[in-house]
Amino acid sequence: MSEATAHHDAHAAPTGFVRRYLFSMDHKVIGIQYWILALVAVFIGMALSFLMRLQIAYPDTPFAFLEALFPKGAEGGQLTPEFYLSMVTMHGTIMVFFVLTTAPQGGFGNWGLPIQIGARDMAFPFLNMMSFWVTFLAFVAIIIALFFAGGAPLGGWTGYPPLSALGPEAGPGQGWGMTWWIISIALFCVASLIGSLNFIVTTLVLRCKGMTLMRMPLTCWGWFTTAILSLLSFPVLLGAGVLLLLDRHAGTSFFLPSNLVVGGKPVDHSGGSPILFQHLFWFFGHPEVYIAILPGMGAVSQIIATCARKPIFGYRAMVYAIFAIGGLGFFVWGHHMFISGMNPYTAVAFSVLTLTIGVPSAVKTINWLGTIWGGKIRFNTPMLFSLGFVSVFVSGGLGGIFLGQSSVDLFLHDTYFVVGHFHLTMGVSAIFGIFAGTYYWFPKMFGRMMHEGMGKAHFFISLIGVYLIFIPMHTIGMGGAPRRYYDSTSFKYLEDIISMNSMITWAAFITIGAQAIFVVNLIWTMLAGKKASDNPWEATTLEWICATPPVHLNFDEDPVVHHGPYEYSVPGAEKDYIMQTDPPSAVPAGTPAQH
Amino acid sequence: MGRFFGLLIWALTAISVIVLLRGVGAAPEAISQAGRDIDSQFYLTLAITGVVFVIAQGLLGWFIWQYREGREGTVTYIHGNNKIEVGGGVVIGVVFVALALLGQKAWAALHLAGETEDALHVEVTGQQFAWNIRYPGKDGVLGETAPQFVETVNPIGISPRDPAGKDDVMSINKLVVPVNRPVQLNLKSLDVLHDFFMPALRIKQDTVPGLSIPLRFKAEKTGTYDVACAELCGQGHYSMKATLEVMEPAQFEAWLAESAPSEE
Repeated sequence: MSEATAHHDAHAAPTGFVRRYLFSMDHKVIGIQYWILALVAVFIGMALSFLMRLQIAYPDTPFAFLEALFPKGAEGGQLTPEFYLSMVTMHGTIMVFFVLTTAPQGGFGNWGLPIQIGARDMAFPFLNMMSFWVTFLAFVAIIIALFFAGGAPLGGWTGYPPLSALGPEAGPGQGWGMTWWIISIALFCVASLIGSLNFIVTTLVLRCKGMTLMRMPLTCWGWFTTAILSLLSFPVLLGAGVLLLLDRHAGTSFFLPSNLVVGGKPVDHSGGSPILFQHLFWFFGHPEVYIAILPGMGAVSQIIATCARKPIFGYRAMVYAIFAIGGLGFFVWGHHMFISGMNPYTAVAFSVLTLTIGVPSAVKTINWLGTIWGGKIRFNTPMLFSLGFVSVFVSGGLGGIFLGQSSVDLFLHDTYFVVGHFHLTMGVSAIFGIFAGTYYWFPKMFGRMMHEGMGKAHFFISLIGVYLIFIPMHTIGMGGAPRRYYDSTSFKYLEDIISMNSMITWAAFITIGAQAIFVVNLIWTMLAGKKASDNPWEATTLEWICATPPVHLNFDEDPVVHHGPYEYSVPGAEKDYIMQTDPPSAVPAGTPAQH
Repeated sequence: MGRFFGLLIWALTAISVIVLLRGVGAAPEAISQAGRDIDSQFYLTLAITGVVFVIAQGLLGWFIWQYREGREGTVTYIHGNNKIEVGGGVVIGVVFVALALLGQKAWAALHLAGETEDALHVEVTGQQFAWNIRYPGKDGVLGETAPQFVETVNPIGISPRDPAGKDDVMSINKLVVPVNRPVQLNLKSLDVLHDFFMPALRIKQDTVPGLSIPLRFKAEKTGTYDVACAELCGQGHYSMKATLEVMEPAQFEAWLAESAPSEE
């Protein structure tokens, strides 16, 4: 501990704007940088989904404004198929990497992990700064891909070869746009790898006196587990990305088999396997789902306990469940590949293992319900989004019970059922987690309280909206409508069911519109929001003993922890919450000791 | 606020159930035993997850309604309950794993059962953006193919040097099969990944360049059915459609004879 302290004393508060806000090594500034990057990305991603929904609901209707915006991509006011598919690809890529991975872990994790475990900063502040700026470069690369002449990539966020490996011969969007897309993802992998090492070391080495592992807030367990998943999965995707680049530009054949004929011309490659890429991709891709959701689970657990004024129900079980979900996440990637052509016997194992993830998920849900049971819930905006998270997570998670079964997946694979399922779980749940975290920590990050009325309006419209968007998508999928379709109106068997698409599109427009309330709230709060007190939610964890916003190196003196993170409503105690740093005597004699 | 929110959770649960019930029977009629088996596994799953869904959302809505800040009484100071946590996990685990094992039956029947002797073999080759379907002619053997022979009139490159290929029957975007006879498709691709999706049979299978993947089915009802591509293959993905025509055996033989290449 003393060595680490000495190390931190060495990095003094920077002066100058550039070192303070731009190339800062302060974990809080870096966290906010990640959060702002995700905020920019989420609005780009949402704008793309607006265009997609417009096309899906009105495939035959020209819109003059589309032609004005995209003279080439929407000639005559109608999107071209390649433009539509590049929207699909960029929406997926931007959302998965630059929102769902960036905000919960890079943003809140960076801002919150050191402060919640009583550390002065991350273990490696310089690496931390580097991981943000490499992420930023990755974002620049994806924006370049979006605008590259010759078309943005259109391989979907999964970018399966051979389509992604063949180059311009394979059609529009397979030229330099695809190359930049791969470069972006490779850079993102490098950044995540650096970041995850930092998180793991920080958690294991820099906890303050008294902060045993089993006294860590569940947020820290979420970030810590996520970091382990990132450490083990991103290098595999990086490898896949590099091999794909070599196939495209160095003449190798990792993913390209012999005897290909593309556009009528034989292709000079031999010996590769397209399925190999899918194994590498999903070995990363499935843990990635949990990388997006575990920090949200942590934040939501934290907020639910705080706002229900109750200890978290089953703290240990919650920790084990996070680890179980993360661990099982490495053994189920094959359920994305039931129809890929891999050995059909493996499907048996992947099916059974996938459905066992229901166990830790059920434990978490039971414990969230157990936490609000018998509490006194304060319905502030962070709590609303947290409870919304629980509801949406249950709704989305159950879709996995269908898709995890190889037999049922034969029909549902790559239909809208899948689209509805993963949007509710890794999309909406994770974003609700991000919003919950934003409303919850904003007062500490920026010193002002966000507006409650606007927050509530934002929440309720969003909650109703996402149910009206994504549940009907399951229904359309039950009818067998394939995803990534520019136009499904020519199928007889879909005639009835796809009439739901216009309703979904309108629900999506309203939900997207409701996000404007959030933006207005942000701006209003920054300019005129009420000043926040040091502990506005009356929470127990260490960030709330800091100044508002916390000073450089967080604490005036090293904190010492005496209590678990969720000691609310302890019978006989003075207040209804006991700070982790309160003296041991804060708990009245005779109360069963915890942790 | 608590009451409103609790009611809203219940309302959204009810709406979700209604919307999902709209999907029951939305898929086209299943025309094979395997299709019906997949359907019954689907509906069993729907029933079980439906119960879990309603219980979980019901409790969530109820607790939100009941335990709002202004209520009477004190907060229950409790750190958990092993019986409930372990019990709930075990029950869910047993039910879900049982479901997974049960689901293997339909999968095994389709993918793990071997070839049947009297099966009709048909080769399906995907390319951007069409399905090339090939039947062996009278000799019962398909001719060899090679990339250098590919041209507009010979899309999959049947070798002119191989006599076995002379009588092969080609059909573009139309798969014709006899009713009630086992069929084995051998799925291939010329260029990128595609996926041969037959909704009325409830099955889909990627076509992967470099591999020949068997897909077996037996259609039990004559008629014309949609076939879609279900793996993103480029800008024309949505237009890569085919039809499945299931005919009486005699009618099928007549079609096959009619479609055979003229003798040179």
